Amino acid sequence: MRFVDEFRDRRLAQELSAQIARLARPDREYRFMEVCGGHTHTIYKHGIQDFLPPNITLVHGPGCPVCVIPMGRVDDAIHIARQPGVIMTCFGDMMRVPGSTGSFLDASAEGADIRMVYSPLDALKLARKNRDRQVVFFAIGFETTAPSTALTLLKAAAENVTNFSVFCNHVTIVPALKAILDSPDLRLDGFLGPGHVSTVIGCRPYQFVPQAFQRPVVVAGFEPLDILESVRLLLKQLHEGRCEVENQYTRVVPWEGNTKALEVIRNTMELRPHFEWRGLGFISQSALRLREPFSNFDAERIFQVPGVRVADPKACQCGEVLKGVLKPWECKVFGTACTPETPIGTCMVSSEGACAAYYNFGRFTRERVAEAVR
Amino acid sequence: MCLAIPGQIERLIPETDLATADVSGVKRNVNIGLVSHEGIAPGDWVLIHVGFALSKVDEHEARASLEFLETLGEAFRDEIAAMTGAEGFSPLDTAERGGG
Repeated sequence: MRFVDEFRDRRLAQELSAQIARLARPDREYRFMEVCGGHTHTIYKHGIQDFLPPNITLVHGPGCPVCVIPMGRVDDAIHIARQPGVIMTCFGDMMRVPGSTGSFLDASAEGADIRMVYSPLDALKLARKNRDRQVVFFAIGFETTAPSTALTLLKAAAENVTNFSVFCNHVTIVPALKAILDSPDLRLDGFLGPGHVSTVIGCRPYQFVPQAFQRPVVVAGFEPLDILESVRLLLKQLHEGRCEVENQYTRVVPWEGNTKALEVIRNTMELRPHFEWRGLGFISQSALRLREPFSNFDAERIFQVPGVRVADPKACQCGEVLKGVLKPWECKVFGTACTPETPIGTCMVSSEGACAAYYNFGRFTRERVAEAVR
Repeated sequence: MCLAIPGQIERLIPETDLATADVSGVKRNVNIGLVSHEGIAPGDWVLIHVGFALSKVDEHEARASLEFLETLGEAFRDEIAAMTGAEGFSPLDTAERGGG
């Protein structure tokens, strides 16, 4: 394990690890879900599981924006990208996400004009420079990313850039958490709340978890010590019979979130009645679409998209991995038919996906080999 | 794309909601519209996500976070590379650019 300040941090980690071991009752199992893919990345990269007693399991959640995009939406986007005059833009992580007839990368090789951008603002810039083309931005992400799309839309509207549009796939974290808590096949004892999403939405939206489901939530930072400290805080709540939302990441996350960011989302987007999540199925009111006044910027209204629901490949178990029912290495095709080079499912595509993170780091740093090989 | 990376504000660009920030040695214009109510000035550190400052952070947190992000290796390098890319490049050009 490599820490920022190797010596100091290793000592602190060992101290936290000892406190965790004292707080955990040996006669029970603990299953904590880390909601955010960024946390999953840290956990595998730094071998966090090895600092926890064997009766504490970290379960990976659905918080990887690339992983939850269903195949049908990739197909719709490729359909738009193939229309004459269109430049499709997306974040680099989307390029390899498989649709039913291939990925963006494949469509690009077949002649569609698909370009990677770092920011939605770059897509807007591209639209200003190519007035004779329709530039579509494939928007993905949780509440961390939605404000960026929202501000870009407001800018496009203010400047009347008529050849820019957004194919909106923004999703919201709370309905996904509800779906997981309602899922009968999963027993969880608490949550590590997502750090950057909470920078925007704050801590209040998680209060339904302790109130309606009697599970504690600790909003956690991304460094190894943050994760260990957050596990300790979860255990401490359980030990003391408390159940509430706590904020471990106060140095970045304000309790109220970023009200300006929430306001720009509200002004430009509204909840969809339903949205399909890869692996999790349809979840009501779990995603955003553009509001009516922005319909001229809405790629779904400008282009006729097929909108066909496409079932995930039979062999793919991303749904179980995203819900935390299966560990990456328990999937039938993990590391054999499905690798980061030739992904079958989305969890293997993004560096925040549980499968890619485990494939890249977990296999080598994990000491609990017996478990890994089943 | 999910990473938020600390950057230091170098200069506010007048009459816009943009500022030039130094992100791990890379200069990039970022939008500060979501944090302008926090009173952003040159020298301040902000967390940057897809070209937008999401929140103001103190210098200690920013430096610690950068050091941590560097340990992530590829994921961090990809993000910085994406930041430096011209707006919109085809995946077919990446070979000539020496990687995404």
